[in-house]
Parts: sequence; C-alpha cells; structure tokens
Amino acid sequence: MLILTCPVCGVTAEETEFHAAGEAHLKRFGPGSTDDEFESYLFMRANPKGVHFERWRHNNGCGKWFHVARDTTTLEVFTSYSAQTVSPPQEVLDLIEDRRPGWSKGSGA
Amino acid sequence: MSTRLATGGRLLNTDKPVNFAFNGKQMRGYEGDTLASALLANDQMLMGRSFKYHRPRGVVASGAEEPNGLVNLGSEGKFEPNQRVTTTEIFEGLEATSQNHWPSLEFDVGAINKHLSRFLPAGFYYKMFMYPRAAWKHVYEPIIRHSAGLGKAPKTTDVDTYEHFYAFCDVLVVGGGVAGLEAARTAGRSGAKVLLLEQTEHWGGRAPVDGGTVDGKPAAEFVDDLVAELQGMDNVQMRSRTMGAGVYDHGYVLGYERLTDHAPQKSGPRHRLWRIRAGHVITATGAIERPLSFAGNDIPGVMLAAAVRDYVVNWGVSIGDRTVVVTNNDNAYLTAIALKHAGLDVPAILDARVLPQDSMLMEQAKALGIRVMMGHAIASVKGGKRVTGVTVCSQAGEGAALEEIACDAVAMSGGWSPVVHLWSHCGGKLRWDTAQACFSPDLDNAPKGADGMGFVTPAGAASGMFPLDDVLCDAHAAADGVVTSLGFKLPKDVTAPSAERREEAPMAPVWLMPQGASVKLREKTWLDYQNDVKVSDVRLAAQEGFVSVEHAKRYTTLGMATDQGKLSNINGLATLAGALDADIPTVGTTTFRPPYHPISMASIGGEARGPVFQPIRRTPMHDWHEANGAEFEPVGQWRRPYAFKRGSESTHDAVNREVKNTRTNMGLLDASTLGKIIVKGPDAGKFLDMLYTNMMSTLKPGKCRYGLMCSENGFLIDDGVVARVDEDTWLCHTTTGGAETIHGHMEEWLQTEWWDWDVYVANVTEQYAQVAVVGPNARKCLEKLGGTDVSKDALGFMEWVDGELGGFKCRIYRISFSGELSYEIAVDASHGQAFWDALMVAGNDLGVMPYGTECLHILRAEKGFIMIGDETDGTVIPQDLGLHWALSKKKEDYLGKRAQERSHMADPTRWKLVGLETTDGSTLPDGAYAVGEGTNANGQRNMIGRVTSTYHSANLDRGIAMGLVLNGPDRMGEVIDFPGTDGKTYHARIVDPVFYDKEGEKQNV
Amino acid sequence: MSEPVTALNNASETNGIAAIRELGPLGMITLRGDLSAAYLRTLTTKLTGVKFPDVRECHSEGENGLAWMSPDELLVMCSYAQANDHVARMSEALSGKHALVANVSDARAVFEVKGPHARDVIAKLAPVDLTPEGFTPGMFRRSRMAQVPAAFWMRDAETFQIICFRSVAQYMFDLLKIAAQPGSEVGHF
Repeated sequence: MLILTCPVCGVTAEETEFHAAGEAHLKRFGPGSTDDEFESYLFMRANPKGVHFERWRHNNGCGKWFHVARDTTTLEVFTSYSAQTVSPPQEVLDLIEDRRPGWSKGSGA
Repeated sequence: MSTRLATGGRLLNTDKPVNFAFNGKQMRGYEGDTLASALLANDQMLMGRSFKYHRPRGVVASGAEEPNGLVNLGSEGKFEPNQRVTTTEIFEGLEATSQNHWPSLEFDVGAINKHLSRFLPAGFYYKMFMYPRAAWKHVYEPIIRHSAGLGKAPKTTDVDTYEHFYAFCDVLVVGGGVAGLEAARTAGRSGAKVLLLEQTEHWGGRAPVDGGTVDGKPAAEFVDDLVAELQGMDNVQMRSRTMGAGVYDHGYVLGYERLTDHAPQKSGPRHRLWRIRAGHVITATGAIERPLSFAGNDIPGVMLAAAVRDYVVNWGVSIGDRTVVVTNNDNAYLTAIALKHAGLDVPAILDARVLPQDSMLMEQAKALGIRVMMGHAIASVKGGKRVTGVTVCSQAGEGAALEEIACDAVAMSGGWSPVVHLWSHCGGKLRWDTAQACFSPDLDNAPKGADGMGFVTPAGAASGMFPLDDVLCDAHAAADGVVTSLGFKLPKDVTAPSAERREEAPMAPVWLMPQGASVKLREKTWLDYQNDVKVSDVRLAAQEGFVSVEHAKRYTTLGMATDQGKLSNINGLATLAGALDADIPTVGTTTFRPPYHPISMASIGGEARGPVFQPIRRTPMHDWHEANGAEFEPVGQWRRPYAFKRGSESTHDAVNREVKNTRTNMGLLDASTLGKIIVKGPDAGKFLDMLYTNMMSTLKPGKCRYGLMCSENGFLIDDGVVARVDEDTWLCHTTTGGAETIHGHMEEWLQTEWWDWDVYVANVTEQYAQVAVVGPNARKCLEKLGGTDVSKDALGFMEWVDGELGGFKCRIYRISFSGELSYEIAVDASHGQAFWDALMVAGNDLGVMPYGTECLHILRAEKGFIMIGDETDGTVIPQDLGLHWALSKKKEDYLGKRAQERSHMADPTRWKLVGLETTDGSTLPDGAYAVGEGTNANGQRNMIGRVTSTYHSANLDRGIAMGLVLNGPDRMGEVIDFPGTDGKTYHARIVDPVFYDKEGEKQNV
Repeated sequence: MSEPVTALNNASETNGIAAIRELGPLGMITLRGDLSAAYLRTLTTKLTGVKFPDVRECHSEGENGLAWMSPDELLVMCSYAQANDHVARMSEALSGKHALVANVSDARAVFEVKGPHARDVIAKLAPVDLTPEGFTPGMFRRSRMAQVPAAFWMRDAETFQIICFRSVAQYMFDLLKIAAQPGSEVGHF
C-alpha cells in the first residue's frame, strides 16, 4: 500500500486516504472535435512500465485533487504536484531526470 | 518415551502446575510450557496424522516452523483448528484435540492410504480423477471432500473481538533474538523511534539455549541486561507475542499480536493487527534448521536437533532416553552435548562429513564419551508410531546397512536457512551462499521504498551470519547504517558487543542420505511432512517435465501446506536441482508471500464485524421508521423504508395500501437521503450549464427545474431538481446514491479542468431532513400546520420558498415525483423527527400514511418517470429515454454532448423507452428480454428489448412496466414476447409510458 | 419550533479505556473562500474570538473555534443557537466577495473521547501517527476512521474531539465503543 503526500494540505498518508483516477494531463475535446481526437481523449490511455503521471484525490482528507509522478514498476514516487497544470512542470521533469537519467515521456523506463 | 526431567527447563515455573486436556485426556504441565513441551512431558509424542497418507506424526520443531503438530483448540465460540502446538502456550483448562484422523488418533482408517502410496504419486489427482468424467461429481469429489482439509471448520460464531492499531516508527525491528535486540539498542541510541517485535513471549531467541559468552557474560545474562536496557529507553517500544507477518510496499508492515491466546480469561481483544509504517525495517528473523532427507525421517521421534536441545534446556523435556544425532554440521553437536549434560544417552553422532581434523565441538563431544561416526548416515529409521532404532550406512554409498543402533529419538540437522521471508515479501532478492548451502538476502537488491531506496535490511542469522560474534557485529552495523540513512547519528562511544568466537568446521551440503539412496529408500524419504511430499515425488515431477520450481511446487504440493514449506523448501529445491542436474541458484526459489505464519482471519477484519461490519447511514427519522413497521432496503449505505407494515400485513399488501392511500388521501416519504449540493459563485451558472444537459443559468430565483447529468461518455449518471436560490447560488438535488459522487464529480471538474472559474460547492445533504408530503390532501395538511402560504397561486408548481410551517423554519419545494399534488419540505436535521411527528398529527384526519421506496417507485412508474439505476445502467443516454426536451439545443457544450454525437449514440436502432402492458394484466418479470424474429450467429433468438421497471399497480389493478425496445416509439400497440425464466412467455403491448393521469391534472391543483 | 436533537441524543459510554460521549448540538459553519484574505480572517476571528488557524490547525475555546479544512475551506464553530445569526452576518460581510457560507450544524455529529488512553482509541481507527510527538493539541486532521471520513483534533493532552457526518453517528459511536472496550489498552504511547 503506497504512501503519498498531498501537495495541497501537506499530509503524508497511506493510500486509503486517497483515490486514484488514472492518467494525468489529458486534454479535453468537446463538440467540434474530430472522432479521432475525441476517441483519444475518452479512451486512449498510456500504460507505461516506468515513469507515469497520475491524477489522485485526497478524498478522505482535504478533498483536493493533485498529480503524482511515480514509477509503475518500482512504485517509487518522484513527487506530487498541483492538479492545476496542463503538463508536468519543469522541476518535476528535472527530478525524474535525476532519478532516471535519459528518461523521456513515452519511452517508458 | 518422552518425559519431564527432574532438572532444567529455564522457561518453566514449576511452582505453577497447569491442567489441560488432549483428546479428552487430562494432563498436567507447568506455566511456561508450550502445548508441544507439555504434551511431550506427558509422553504424547503422536500428535496428528499427515494430510495425504494419514501417517502418524509427532512434533519436529520447537517453533513457528512446525509442520506436524497441528490441533483443534477450544470449543464452541472459541474453537479454532490448525493451531500449532509449538506456538501455543498452555493455560489452565486448555482443551486440544488432534486432527485429520478417523476414528481415532491411534487407529486411523485413512492410514490405508499409505499402503496405496504407490498409486498416489505426485499429481495423482490430475491423473486419477480424469476418467470417467461422470465419476468426478458422484464418486471422487464426495470422497475427496470428506477426507480433505486439516482441522474442522468452526461451526459457531467467534465470540472474541479483534482490532487494528496504526503505528508509526523510524525503525521497525522484526525479531527479538540477540540480533534484533542489538539492532534495536543501536538504533535506539541514535534517538530514532524504534519498534521491536518478537513472535514468542521470550526475548533472546536461540542464544540462551545455544550458549556462548558476550562481553564476558553468559549469553542468557547478556540478553537479560540488554532487555532491561531497552525497556529503559523511552524511544524504544517492545512487543512480545507479536509476529512481523508481512512486509509490503513503502514500509508498510503487518504485526500480529496475540493478546489473550495464552490467557483466554483476560478481557479485551484476542488479536491485534498492527498496521505499521516504518521508515526502515530491520529483519532480525533468525534462521530455521533444515531436516535431513533419509528414509523414515517422518517417524515420531525424529526431530530437528536444535528442537531437541530446546526441549531439554527450555522446558526440561527429554524426547527419549537414547538419541542418535545425525548431522552435516557442527551445530548439532550442541544437542549431543546438551543431552549428555542432562544425563541422557547419545549412542552416536552420525556425521555425514569427512573432515581432516576435529573441530572444537567435536572434541567436546568425544570428551563426553560420545561415539562420533564421520562419513556416516542413516539408511533408515525403524519404528511405526515411535522410533525404535536406526540403520547406519555410509553417506557415500547406496544404503547398505553397516549396523543397527537402538534408540528412541533421532536429532537431525541439515544446516540452517536464514528466514528470508520478510526480506523477500516486497521484492528483496536472494543470493546462494555456497559455503553454508543456503539462500541469503542479496544486499544489493533490497526492496525499494517510496523514495526508491532500499527499506529493508536483514540482520544477524537472517542475513546468513550464524556465529554469535558475527550475528552481533552484523546487527550493530545494520542498525548503524539504517539510522544514518534516516538522518540520525550514533553517539561516538557506541560499539558492538563482542562475543567469544566458537570455531566451527564447515558444514557440507547433504540433500539425500545416503547420497545414492535407492528408489525404495527415496519413497520413504519425506521432504514436506504436512503435505506428504517425498523425494521420489519431486523426482517424478522433474521427470514429467515440471522443471520450473513454481510448477513443480504446485504439481507436488511441496511447500503449499499451512507451514508454507519453512522446513521443506530448500531440501525440495535441492532435490529438484539434483533431478534436473542443475545447480540450486539456477532452479531458484518459489515466491515468499505474506503472512510469514498463518494469522487469524478475524484479525484481518479487525473491528469490522457485526453492527459495524460496514457503515449504515440513518436519516433523522430512522428510529421512528424502525418503530413503525418499516421494512428497510439498502440504497447505497443508507437504509430506506421499503414499506411500512401494519399488523400481520404482508409486504405486498402494505405497498398496495400505501400506493392507493397516497393517490386518494396523502402520504409522507422520508426524502432526507436525496443529495443536496450548493453551487455558488460568479461562474456557477456557466458551470451548471456544463454539468447538466439542460440550461440552468436561465432558471429564475425561486424556481425549480428538473435536470439530467451525463458523463463525458454521454451516459446518464444522475438526475434531480435544481433550485435557484439567488443571483449566484443554486441548490442541486441528486439521487440518494449520487450525493457524494456528484459532489466529487463537481469538485473534479472545478479543480482539474475549469480551475479558473469562480465557483464553490458544498455538500449539505445531511443538514436537512426532507419530507415529501404527497397526495390530494397535502396542501390541507400544510395549511393545518399553518404558516407560509402554500396555495396554488402563492407557490406554483416547480417553485420553492423559504418559510415556516407549524413553527418549523423550512424550505418548501412544490415538486412532484408522483404526479400528485406534492411538496418537499426541508427542515434542519435536528428538528426532522419533530417535524415528521407534526405532519403525522396534522395529517391524522386527512388519511396520512408514511410510505416507502416501493410505493415511490410504483407512483413514479405509473407516471412514466424514469429512475436512475432502473431505466439507466451506465449505457443509456437521455435520447434513449425520450428526454430530448431536457437536452439544450442552445448550448455549444455540456458534459456528454460530444459523446452523444458519436455514430453508435446517434444510431436510430438504439433501443428506446416505451411503456409495456401485458395482455393478461400480469406483471412482467424484472429484466426480462423481448425476443424478435430470427437468430443471431450463435443460434440464439434475437433480442429486441428488455424490461427496465415493472410493478403491479394497485391503482390500475394490473401490471405496468417500462422497457427499452428496438424502434419502440414507432411500434405503439404492437404486442411483443418476453420469455420468462418460469417457462411462461409474457405477451406485452407497447404503449405510452405514462399510465396514470396523462394530462397531469392531479399535480396542477 | 422544537428543541434540536442530536443524532444520538448525547449518548455516552464510560466503561471502556476512554470515556466516549456525543456532544452537541453545536454550531458549525462551512466557509469557502480565500483563506489568505485579510477580510475573511478578521471576520472569522472576531466572530469566534480564537486565533486564525494555520494549515491543518484548529483553535478552539469552549464552543467557539476555527478549523482549517483546506486552502479554501474553513470550519467555523460556535454555539448551536448562534449558527444562523453567524451565517447571516458572514454572508452580509462577504457580499460582493466570492465566498460560500453554509450552516452545517445539523449535518454533522460530534464526539468526545477522553482519558489517558484516548490516543489508543483513535489510533485503532485512523491511519494517522498519533504519537505524542506526532499529534498534539491544536493540530487538525481530516482522515478516515475505519470506513467513514472524519476529522479530529485534541482539546488537551487527553481529549479528542471528532466530527463526522450525522448519518453515520451510530456507526462512529459503535466503533469508538469497540475501540475503547475494557482491557484493550495498547500501552504504545
């Protein structure tokens, strides 16, 4: 069972205080989008072996959403950061680069 | 025979005799005895029968690794099967019965299996029971079911209680032997918060038995001093009788504390499951001695050498008068020496090794007059229910008998295996230690924690360090390294204790005794005692192609019993490796999974049983409902009255009465469970327009509007009435089950997509008790209460007002889910019951009756109103339900709009909502499917629709239903067939879904 | 109007390792807004007479108190009778500002767990570090207790106050009773 830190209230707690909600940084497509765009928004999800960006909510806590960068194989948590971002901030990417040199998004490991 | 010695027994309090019973026979032991030592002291060597062949079995070990000594403990509400005699402390009045035999332990019919053993090889059940097929159900399965299982399943409810406990520490040390104690002290002296767990009731592990000196003191004294020192440290917590059961991700560890097993009269919970988060875990879990594989090694009286030593030293119990020691290492010599010191005879030590010179321990043994036979082995053990002697052979040969030695006990040692279970639970890797022939933790591949660094460190014997001085140095160094990594610092003067080094000759791996044992011997050579797996079975598995260790395990059941192969694993792997002509590390190990040792199911459940098995949500009027005949139904975690039964009335009759009365007089419904969410802010209107399919921003303050919510997939997820409170405030009602999810749904979109919109939401569901006052007399009832004007002109349909009724401050909504004149009135929850009482009084001569959810359903179905969860199932869109009027055409976007444009969603052949009326007035079965012409690719009849809601309408005196039907709205009047599961086919006419008061006159009064 | 009734009519249990009782009725107001804004801080501290809480803090004095719920949510505590008046005053003072004020006094149940073993009781139910160093009076923690969300804080070294939803008051009371059953002292703290 993981432990995570909510960047909003600062609590470090076990997984039972949180709720996982899949891949982060999806771009919403609404009316006027093509079928392909909409399909990718609604259904296509990354399932990397390695670095992954996820949405979590501190539901048994402050109730706020946040993002987590972690490794899906080792379960290492690089960091958690604001949900109000459309892509991982540079400092998050730097942190991951530090732990996983040569890593790039989409490359998995 | 096994017996209690006149002296010895360092753990016993001989002033305190303890009476207990085994298979109904009264016996006596002492305080400090385990059930194993007490049974042995009473010459009860035979303790159970093996699983497959029902062979007589006695105890082999003295601790948690024991495979044979399993008994049923207690009776009635305290009955528990499969309890290990070696880990059960005796108490006055303990009752134990042996397992897995019929009719008695001494004479067991199932033992016939042992004569059939050549027909019961590995994988026999896969082979034997295949044909004829029908025989499985009628012959094989009943027989197997009758004989399967170890203990009996309890028949009555467990009377004990259990609990969880969340604990946090910097360093968790598992194991209270010398390594664990030393690691805890070192870590403690750095200032770190330390928790130390020990599975037994005693500290010090093997050291007090095995002796030696530390810092000039005997080991036992060193342990006592160390324990005292630790008890004096504020930052160190010690827990005996608490096993480290499992290590999980991110430093999560389960500890299993047994609080009253040894003293059932004590109050409080029986077991406590510690849910520990540790910064770092030190596994000081020691090592387990391995049996040797020789013919007859399962006959009662053959035991692990260290266990024989434990029984003599700890409990003053002699296993036999004459004990033959058989070994491949020096450690077992300690047993021979201990037995001699206790005045018992050791006719020979059979040492499989051939050594150039004697070691210190060998010299000591010889000096005591013990005959040491190097290069020798046991060819076979003589005896049935008890050892009577051994046949000696050369280890190098094939088992030709050289001589027979009469004896009544055999102490065997095949070397030691570190307890690597906890290290391995969360991914710690192992390396093969060739010198000691065991798997040890590979320190370069520790389990990784949240920060990506190793979070488990083994210490002492658990890391493959066996001599006492190595154990202490390793434990000290491990703890030092751990606290340093956690940012603590040891004071400079802290050093490792120093133990006197006892030089030992190297062990020699022996996986089969004698080395060239014939098939006949191998068939009597046990690897796994509990599951009856022999050397011959593993060889057969290899021969039949089960070359992967995981496959071989499952094929032979090696290591799959309740002891999880603590004794058998390494010997089994070595045997498999031998059969495959591979080396042991290549074959590898099976996976170590938690728990280390079985823990009670109830401890996992903790407090969650009986009334608190799960949360039950109650409305402010719950107690009234209960006192007034309510039959409850679960709606999520809520319990809502399904119907209120009067006297001897059936539930069905109660529902019909409520349905009729509500349409004729008036009814009260507890609607408190409906979700109520305040949405407020400058962007609230824009936000609600995105959430609902219809337009909410144009709603006028004081007005209500029914709205639909869809997911981004386009599917209907919730519905309810929205009231506009003021310029920037709305109150959204959700379904009963939807309050929390819709509140979460709103927060999700606000926080993760439209975070620049100024909107706040608050879930105020439970602030209010809400009552629906429904029926022709509803207004009269409210007028009788007096207060706010609720007349047709003052409060029109779909309007709301803040006011007062009968002195209660309230909010009154004129809305209807029944087609009747209806008000929903919200008062503060703390006044809910009083308000309900006032309505019951006011409605007394107006025919008031409370009604439940079934009546609510029937009333709405009579009106053709949809219900989320009945008409919808997560695949239904508003268009399917003919709710086009609630889909705003003016809005560019709302959640689900784009999805509803997808080709499958816009497909005209989607099933659509219609009303259904059986031609004979009967009630359609719920969920029934309508069949059409032709068959599908699988030869099944084509489906053309299904029933979504179906009830008997007391008002219309016939069955009414709604359903989704292919081209339904275009087929009005057509009769379609619904085959029921009762063999009857129902014929139903497609009709308009509004069955009652089509013009809506009743609600517009 | 009738007398307000709490969910459990102030039930209590004193036979266990800590004394448990349902408190109330108490006044509780949810305030959502910008907690860093001076106007909001002045308003709420004036109303309650307690210091404004920092992140994950609660300051309380008698029935009055302020608890930090999230960066944009504050729980204002007062007597039950004052709650509606406070809501009106806050709404008026915050008119024109983006904020939401709602009386939630009746939506909640409040419990007290008191005694030298109070920490034991809470630590059996909440996955929270309750060591005397880890959790001290003044801290406010929103978490779960067994299977329901709850928030708690310490009024003093031996007294916890717990807030949960009203509908699960019976569940919470039963939980606390079991966790405080006689003979269940843990002796860890």
